[in-house]
Amino acid sequence: MNIQVDLQESDKVLKGHIRGEIDAHTAPVLREKLEPYQNVESLDAELDLSDVDYMDSTGLGVFVAFYKSVNSQGGHLKLSGLSARLKRLFDITGLGDIMDIESAGKGGN
Amino acid sequence: MVQKIGSQYKEILNQYMQRQSEQNLYVGQNFSRQLISENTSPEDVISMHKAAMQELYEDMPETVWHSFDFLIEMMINYGLALQERQSLLQKQEELRMEMDLAANVQETLLSTTMPSLEGLDIGLLSVPLRKMNGDYIYFISDEEGRAGIAVADVIGKGLPAALCMSMVKFGMDSLNDSMSFPREVLSTINRIVEKSVDDFMFVSMFYGRYEAESGVLTYGSAGHEPAMLYRAETGEFEELTVKGLLLGVSPMATYEEKEVKLNKDDMVVIMTDGVTEGRTAEGFIDRQVINELILRKKDEPAQTIVQYVYDELVRMQNAELSDDFTLVIYKKV
Repeated sequence: MNIQVDLQESDKVLKGHIRGEIDAHTAPVLREKLEPYQNVESLDAELDLSDVDYMDSTGLGVFVAFYKSVNSQGGHLKLSGLSARLKRLFDITGLGDIMDIESAGKGGN
Repeated sequence: MVQKIGSQYKEILNQYMQRQSEQNLYVGQNFSRQLISENTSPEDVISMHKAAMQELYEDMPETVWHSFDFLIEMMINYGLALQERQSLLQKQEELRMEMDLAANVQETLLSTTMPSLEGLDIGLLSVPLRKMNGDYIYFISDEEGRAGIAVADVIGKGLPAALCMSMVKFGMDSLNDSMSFPREVLSTINRIVEKSVDDFMFVSMFYGRYEAESGVLTYGSAGHEPAMLYRAETGEFEELTVKGLLLGVSPMATYEEKEVKLNKDDMVVIMTDGVTEGRTAEGFIDRQVINELILRKKDEPAQTIVQYVYDELVRMQNAELSDDFTLVIYKKV
């Protein structure tokens, strides 16, 4: 269970920092932490993934689901600090084209 | 029967009271296994102990006997917990049998026939991590030397993933047309998956349409791990990248398609992320490693290459794969 999820929300602005590995074992933890925010109207969320060492497709599933629910409530989700490996995962899956993602080293923080 | 067990217990206890040896303790351990196998409850064991002690040491103070009565009361709930555990074990066994059955149904339901195409050698392997496979290979072929291949991977594992896969299969069946191009196959399946799958489940899929006469492969991808093309002429690999969103994310998604003409000894390697996301003690297994494995066996039949790559990757990961594994090689001969 090597994951750490810090989320802070005030006035519909959600800032999050995720550390560790997101795989089949830890993805449920992440999903559970994000769940309270998925039905917030017009949520402006930014999740920093610069300390995520590993993510597989299960982790991707959690972000897509969160993206879909935030979007359907008129909100916006941004993922920042993506390593080259994570960026590739988003690009291969075509998610990089529809989601707001930012690689590590490009602005952000 | 109960009396017989009681006197056996008394005997074993007595031996131990005389001499506290390992040997006597060992006899006791074996006896307790026998009691467990006969579903003897903890409170019955203590009653038996009390009875044996009363016979062996009758002039113990009253308080000792009272304390045993108290202990028996204490143990009753442990006995109930034990019974519960046994009924859970039984239920678990029932579930296991149902899963076995479901896995068999899945195997029958999702089975596909490998086409035989002039000038194309096909090798494939799909190994589930658990009982139910979240990866899927499906062929559609005709008599004219055309064949479509779908390689899909459900994000998510186990039973829900397998159910989701059945939907992909029925989508493919409803098309059942080897003339179809990747663009239309992927959009059709996307609409089916998007409507019926819950928010956490997505499918990545590669679709390739091959014509034996021209040796042309037309391919498209819905967020799937890119296939690799090996060119025999240059001895190099290239990624067959093509744009397309995972199935089930947006009903509006459109899919690009590209084509490539295969020459003699060229290979197309189609895989799921279970092949590329492997991890060893030293780090990730990258594409380079997989390419090298393929190169070592490039002159062998496609099935031999596929099996070799699998065996080697399993070996590198100490026989612990972390995802369903599916690998297909098309080799032009």
